[in-house]
Amino acid sequence: MRGTTIALPSLQQGLNESRRDFLKTGGALVVTFALGVPKAARAVAATAAKTVATDEVDAFLAIDARGRVTLYSGKVDLGTGLETAFTQITAEELSVPLDRVTVIQGDTALTPDQGVTWGSLSIQIGGMQIRQAAATAREALLSQVATEHGITKEQVTVKDGVITPASGEKGWSYAEIVGGRDLHLKVDAKAPLKDPKDYTIVGQPVPRLDIPAKVTGTFTYMQDFRLEGMIHARVIRPRGIGSTLQTWSDAKARQIPGYLKAVRQENFLAVLARSEWAAIKACRAVEATWSDWQGLPDEAKVWEYVRESDSVSVEDVQKAGDSATAMKTAGARIVSASYDFGIHTHGSIGPSCAVARYQEGKLTVWSASQQTHLLRQQLATMLGMQPESIRCIYVEGAGCYGRNGHEDAAADAALLAKQTGLPVRVQWMRQEEHGWDPKGPPILIDMHAALGGDNRVLAWESEAFLPHKPKEQAVTLLAAELAGLPHDDAFPGNIQQSLGIPYTLPNIRATVRWLAQTPLRPSWIRAPGRMQNTFANEGFMDELAVAIGADPLQFRLHYLNDPRGVELLRRLAALSGWTGRPAGGHAPGAVLKGRGLAYVKYELYRTYVGVVADVEVNRESGKVSVKKFYVAHDCGQIINPDGVRNQVEGNIVQTVSRTLLEQVQFDRSRVTSVDWASYPILKFPDVPDVAIDLIDRPAEKPWGVGEPAASVVPAAIANAIFDATGARLRSVPMTPTKVLAALHEARRA
Amino acid sequence: MRISFQLNGKPVSISSEDPQMPLLYALRDGLSLRGPRFGCGLGQYGACTVHLDGAAVRSCVLPVSAVAGLHVVTLEGLGTPSNLHPLQQAFIAEQAVQCGYCINGMIMQAAAFLQTTHKPTEEQIRAELAENLCRCGTHVRILRAIKRAADSMA
Repeated sequence: MRGTTIALPSLQQGLNESRRDFLKTGGALVVTFALGVPKAARAVAATAAKTVATDEVDAFLAIDARGRVTLYSGKVDLGTGLETAFTQITAEELSVPLDRVTVIQGDTALTPDQGVTWGSLSIQIGGMQIRQAAATAREALLSQVATEHGITKEQVTVKDGVITPASGEKGWSYAEIVGGRDLHLKVDAKAPLKDPKDYTIVGQPVPRLDIPAKVTGTFTYMQDFRLEGMIHARVIRPRGIGSTLQTWSDAKARQIPGYLKAVRQENFLAVLARSEWAAIKACRAVEATWSDWQGLPDEAKVWEYVRESDSVSVEDVQKAGDSATAMKTAGARIVSASYDFGIHTHGSIGPSCAVARYQEGKLTVWSASQQTHLLRQQLATMLGMQPESIRCIYVEGAGCYGRNGHEDAAADAALLAKQTGLPVRVQWMRQEEHGWDPKGPPILIDMHAALGGDNRVLAWESEAFLPHKPKEQAVTLLAAELAGLPHDDAFPGNIQQSLGIPYTLPNIRATVRWLAQTPLRPSWIRAPGRMQNTFANEGFMDELAVAIGADPLQFRLHYLNDPRGVELLRRLAALSGWTGRPAGGHAPGAVLKGRGLAYVKYELYRTYVGVVADVEVNRESGKVSVKKFYVAHDCGQIINPDGVRNQVEGNIVQTVSRTLLEQVQFDRSRVTSVDWASYPILKFPDVPDVAIDLIDRPAEKPWGVGEPAASVVPAAIANAIFDATGARLRSVPMTPTKVLAALHEARRA
Repeated sequence: MRISFQLNGKPVSISSEDPQMPLLYALRDGLSLRGPRFGCGLGQYGACTVHLDGAAVRSCVLPVSAVAGLHVVTLEGLGTPSNLHPLQQAFIAEQAVQCGYCINGMIMQAAAFLQTTHKPTEEQIRAELAENLCRCGTHVRILRAIKRAADSMA
């Protein structure tokens, strides 16, 4: 059988010996396509000739001599369909057929730094940079043709990459005008964009470009990537998170055929072997003793730990009127509640993996990182190298929903490659992914409101307990921490977002208490902070509606002074067949049915989502079954409606899992939920149906869809449980134990 | 030791110093296949699924020596880009993929199931796939794709 190990020329060989293998593409030298190597990895031998400056059109786009377009994207497709959406945006704005566009993603030598692929910003920000670059190119090419032929720009049109004069004469193709040459244009922020009325590609449910390869075993994931002569490594993790390595021996590993050696730097210990199985066996055969570190808090008292943690600062993130005075209004009814949301892991279905090679002072790292440019900076800090000597290249891995272990695997591989001079592949095992990826931190939010005698909301106060944000925008690299190398402080993401509320109330104060500590290395997981904050806000809105006996939908509409939000909620009511009534009918029987509603205007300025959840609660077992979710969704202009639906469905199903089942467990030393048995996720028999009403607004800006629909799920489920049973769930995950306790409390009340 | 078996309809013979090595590593590292994928090494989630004499098995916990003389089929053997299996066609038609890392398991589990169960109900499909995990939340599309394939194969 033919092997598919790919021999990639080294940078130096590439330049000296294999020049004929290179194509000149718009200023960049790109390796000719080798079968089975992903597009990003193909481009292994770029030179400094390719600009990556975000104000240059050539940073984003190249048109070759055949009229083929290459898009260089700093944002990467994490399994979300972004590659297809970016292809649509580029093809539309340049007026070329879709199949003429190829995308290269996340290569620090070739692609502009468009920031981390996070926060539902890839289309909204990254896509609009690309659209503006393409519009600049199109307008410049139109102007050039008009000038050269003595006509005005209004007398030419462009279609399928051919500029044609109004006179009907034969036109000129992009390939003829500029093919193979740099455009030498600054991105023009004022270059006119195509009128959405004329769109033929944007707004269409174009099938995803990656799916045929993914269903036939021909797609190259990061985990499939191979270099010639590549060595397999496994890292031996400390017994406790802060344990120090005391003694170690690889005597038994040396008996394993294919074993090469161990590498140790402070508390970083790894084994290298010629085959993957030998590396796994060697990892198990190494005998190491670690100090007994017990620095984690008691998991059973994690909320006391959070509440009692020192705060480094207190910040108001939303303020209206004077809530403190309004809370003291004579005769006002005060409603208070505390919401908590447990620690989650990303649970990427394929453990993190990376390959690194260090040659002649240059480091190349192939990684599924959502942030190759930032990773390069972090690796430079860790290894004491210049960023210019490091190249990070994106290769898609298993889905990541935030900053998971990909960057840590990359740091492991980089450290080992630099130490040994060998091309090294690091593949994390399942227990490493569950045990050592950075976590969504535990979040606690206190809520207070004052209700007037006329049942109006007089004041709203929230206080969130969030781990603080150091200046750096990155999560600490695990290898740097273990090996005692320089590294950034931990950064949990912009988790204060969406603590403010989208309702018009006379007195509001939303406060963050920024905490000095959090139990486990924090990072961002899908809708970070926004989900926890929206859980508290929308759960508490439901509590206030209950307190005055109002219908939850009418209650929200009453305080909503935003036409798009109002339209969204009315469409949600129609989609779900909402019948107005106060929540909490108490029917007899073991299995009770209820429905709950939640709404968000994401980060108070973008994507609107409203959902209704239909649930069944088994009063005897405490098990909650989510039967169906109805979603009304307004993200402005839709690039690909089927792509949006796919993301919305994923948001709902994944967050039902997080809401009902998921919680990282730990003892005083380490994470103890290290597989799918101890950290279960939702399985097929329990997956709800999802009905979606997409509101398309082609004339508006496109906003993100990767997170907003996730943020409303926990509150909608909690509100539905209340509707079914009269029991209020203020804690995620909503396990049977917590449901039974809430039912017990509701019966007492 | 040498281990001979049928792989996607062709005889193969591999040498392995460790008969206990899971089949997955022989397929991925020795035979350069990409359909079966590493996810947990514990048989808990399904991305490593292959067919052994027609039955769906977890290759990450199956010793390579156990397949001697038997027929192994991987995703690559089920269908190819130019000659797709009805399930592969259905997954494309329903766009039933996000990251796609689990999809090998979904298709291989469903393919073995549909060999013996024609016109399954949705409840039967859900039960059959209960131990195949997907983290992206593509389940509703995967269910539609399997129903579509079942209809086209009936």
